[in-house]
Formats: sequence, structure tokens, C-alpha cells
Amino acid sequence: MSSAALPRIQARPRIGPVVTSMAVLAAAAIGSLVLGPAGVNPWQAIVEVLDHVPGVSIDSGLSAQEAAIVWQIRVPRLVLAGLVGAALAGSGAAYQGVFRNPLADPYLLGVAAGAGLGATIAIVSGLPTSAIAPLAFAGAVLAVVAAYGLASLGGARRSGATLILSGVAVAAFFTALQTYLQQQHADTIRQVFSWILGRLGTTGWGDVRTLLPYALVSWVVLFAHRRHLDVMAVGEEEASTLGIDPARVRLIVVAGATLGAAAAVAVSGLIAFVGIIVPHIVRMATGPSHRVLLPASLAGGAAFLMVADLVARTVQSGGELPIGVVTAFVGAPFFAFILATRREVGA
Amino acid sequence: MSGVTCRGVTARYNGVPVLAGIDLDVAAGEWLVVVGPNGAGKTTLLRALAGVIPAGGDIMLGDRRLGEMRRREVAARVAVVPQTPVVPDGLAVFDYVMLGRTPYIPYWGMEGPSDRDRVTSVLARLDLEEYSRRPVSSLSGGERQRAVLARALAQDASILLLDEPTTALDLGHQQQVLELVDGLRHEVGLVVISALHDLTFAAQFGDRVILLVGGEVAAEGRPERVLQAEVVSQHFGATVEVVEGRDGPLVLPVRR
Repeated sequence: MSSAALPRIQARPRIGPVVTSMAVLAAAAIGSLVLGPAGVNPWQAIVEVLDHVPGVSIDSGLSAQEAAIVWQIRVPRLVLAGLVGAALAGSGAAYQGVFRNPLADPYLLGVAAGAGLGATIAIVSGLPTSAIAPLAFAGAVLAVVAAYGLASLGGARRSGATLILSGVAVAAFFTALQTYLQQQHADTIRQVFSWILGRLGTTGWGDVRTLLPYALVSWVVLFAHRRHLDVMAVGEEEASTLGIDPARVRLIVVAGATLGAAAAVAVSGLIAFVGIIVPHIVRMATGPSHRVLLPASLAGGAAFLMVADLVARTVQSGGELPIGVVTAFVGAPFFAFILATRREVGA
Repeated sequence: MSGVTCRGVTARYNGVPVLAGIDLDVAAGEWLVVVGPNGAGKTTLLRALAGVIPAGGDIMLGDRRLGEMRRREVAARVAVVPQTPVVPDGLAVFDYVMLGRTPYIPYWGMEGPSDRDRVTSVLARLDLEEYSRRPVSSLSGGERQRAVLARALAQDASILLLDEPTTALDLGHQQQVLELVDGLRHEVGLVVISALHDLTFAAQFGDRVILLVGGEVAAEGRPERVLQAEVVSQHFGATVEVVEGRDGPLVLPVRR
């Protein structure tokens, strides 16, 4: 071909938005680290964290108690906020991509309803609190498997729309069971509600260790399918004429996204809004390609939830706001502002 | 080179037969135009040939049986220009055309320099270089159709299926798109199978025309043989005059 003589046209630059989102994430992390009610010196808090970097040894000058506040309370909490936010936003971006539906979020196929039922069962049966996360995780995964099973009853390769509707049916059913259980055990209603509104653990690194492996597997699966998600954007039939198997890509992406979302929900409860709003905000800045959208959504989701948590634990003296309330309270106006001021889609 | 051969191809839509045993032989470098009234099964035939709907009978793409090929193998042989392509919001022309390289990129891989070169040369061939970073959704109808054609061309398939490629284009752009396809099929030796509503264009550009009615081939052959006034009037319920043109018959609708 004569193509060798032509100067190669380069694709749209992709690294810029990812770097920007990482910078936002770093700023959010530092902000969460240095701000808090305990009045620890900000600079010393940063030095204390650096001291934990392998191969680095600096004395922060903090007292043992202050050092524990930084390393055993603030840092694990901000890392957990970051992981949960990233998991929800990454799963949301993947669900929106694979279903080509702007209203999709990580709870689309029943993750929230299933996790809610699992957690409620754990709480009302008086199981130890350590049982809540595994049962919530199991419920979330079970709900999505049920939605998939229901969708494939009428033929193995039904469309994405059928799957979404099956998810609606499964979610309604699980929510009905959950509400019934909750009403039957009025004494635990407060505990159930507190779980549903979402919260981030305050005791050390345990939740981080629980969530991290699931989140990593989820992100590897989603990132490995970023190109397939871009192909899926032209619809299932056209994607199929381009040589990919839409049903298989959908199954793998849904499995990966569900794993991350279910694990996040299991440790943090139902934090609303992150999974739907962050990918949209990011997409307005990066364009539709999942090669940028996915990593930038992970960083953006992490930053968003860190900031939301910072607000949740500092805005009200003497108590914390539920993180799920803050994400919606901060997120909704912010999203409205972005919608109102952005340029028209397609630019 | 690979042609297309069909024997007794059938297809159903919600249980209702839409194609009732189609036989076809299309040679490399040949342009076959499928005409017929609405609902005759033109789009269904193209979708069956692309392997995106289940079909009975035998479809051979060159030396391979369609039913035994993997999706990406089919995509490396058959490129489709759909009637109403889905254009993702904000996707740049370059990235859109790159989608055509999908059958050549390994499952876990990303496109390489050779794919970028191929896209670059296709964009040059279709005069789309200056638009390469523009969103496809911002292009005019004619440019957009060229971008869709570019994506199909980037697939390096030997068989090109076009479903009403000129819908929504003005007369000049209709002509340009069809001339472009005609030039490409001669350059590359493509098999072109297209559904076309405009019978004059069908006659001007098709080497051969098949008239599909109710899922069956009602007539087949050279354009002047198939596109006769009585035939058109019988199957389309239209009154037409057929005039001898330089490159084939001109089918003109006339007032009753």
C-alpha cells in the first residue's frame, strides 16, 4: 500500500485527562489527610504518612496518640473512601458503556437490593457485625446472577434491554423481602437504616484489606475490556458485524463491574450517586472513549468520595453525617451546575 | 478471491418467514443490487449474509461456510454499512474508523502502528483527513456517510454489504457515495451487495439486480431485464416509464 508515505494521523491525546484526574485525586487525598477534628498539625500528618513508605524513615514529631490518629484512623478511612468511590464509579462507567444507557449505575441489576437484603438478614438474625459484609456481598452477587438467569430464560442471547428489565424485577422482589424483614424486626430498624445510608469504617485497615482484592480484580477485568466497550458503543448488531461477541463482552463486563460494586457495597453500605454521577462528569471532560473514561472515573470516584467523607465528618460538630446523604447533597447541585454550564455534547 | 454463494437461505422474524429460500451467486468484483417493496426482506437478507441473525440454508463466503466461522473471521470478510448507523456521541472520526480494525486486533490487545497506517490511508482515500479529529456526530450527512464507508473499508473485507446507503442524502451526495463505492470495488475487487430504493440508481450502478418480493426472488438478471415497467408496476404498485439511458435503464415515476 502507498500508506507508508502518508504521515500517520494520531488519535486524540489520551494522557492529559488521566493525569488531570490523578492530580485531583492527589489533592483530595492530601485534603482528607490534613483536615480533621483532632487538630493534628497538617505538615506533621503528611510526614507521618511518608514515614510509612517502605525505605523512608522520618520522624514526624507527632505524639504516639496523634500518630495513631493519622495512621490508624485517617489514612485507612481515606483509602477506604477512595477504594469505594473508585469501585462504584468504575462499575458505573462500565455499566453505562455496556448497556449504552446514561441512567445505568452499579445498582442497575440488583446489587443494591441484593446487598440490602443480605445485610438485613445478618442484622435481624442477630449475627455478629462481621457477618454483614459477607452476606451483603452474597446477596448482591445473587441478585445479579438471578437477573441474568431470568433474562436468559427466553433464549440465551437476549438483548441488554431484557437484562435491564430482569434486573428491575429482581431488585423489586429483593427489596420487598428486605422491607418485610425490616418491618418484622422493628427493634433493629435503626441499624438497618444506618447500613443502608452508607458509612465508612473507622477502625483500622480491616475493610481496606477486605475490599482491595475484589476491587483490583474488577478493575483489571474492566480495563482489559476498554476497547470492547468502545466497540459496543455502536450498538450490539453493529458491534457484532465488527467482529466482537456482544453477549460475551456484556457478560464479562457485568461480572467484573458487579464484583467491584458488590464488594464496595458490602463494606460501605449503599452509597448513592457516585456510580452514576462521576462517570458522567468525567465523560464531559474526556469524551466517550473508555480508555480514558475508565481510569479517569476510578480516580474521579475516589476523589469524590474522599471529599464527600471529609464533608461528612467535619461539617457537623460532634457527629457525622451519613456519607450517602452527603454524596447526594453535594453531588446533585454539582452535577446540575456542570449540566447547566457545559458546552453542548459532541464537542 | 471470494464471492458469495447462497443456497436455500431462509430466515424468520418472530416466527414469521421473511426469507423463503434464496439462491444467490455473486462473483468477486460484482455489484448486486437488491430491490423490492418495503417488507420484501432486503434488510433481512443482508443481515443473514452478515451473520447477525440466524438463517437456514447455506451461505458460503468464498471457501468458508458462514455458520462455521467465528465472529471476527466473518468481520474480516464481510463489512456492513447499516441503513442508520449508530454514531456514539463525541467519538472522533479517526477513532470511529479505527473500529473497523476490530477483527485484526487480538482480544487482549490494542491497535498497532499498522492499524493506524491503514486508517490513515483510508481517511486519505475518502478525503476525510481534515475531519479526523472532529466528532462524527458533527459531520454533515454526506461526510458522515463517507466516515461510515471508511470504517467498512478499514475492515479490509472482500465483501461489502450496503443497506440503503443513500438514505437521508441529497441527490448529489447520493451520487457521490455510489460512485465512491463503484470506484472502490474496481480498485479492490470487492463484492458489493446493496439494497437500494432508487431503481434508477439500481440500474445505473448494479451489474445485476434481484427483485425480492415477499421473501422470494421474483426476478433476477441484468438491470434492463429486471427493471421493466410492467414488473415495477406489478410489484411496487407504481406507475413508471422506463427510458433507455447511456448506462442502463432510467426508471421514472409518472403521474397516473
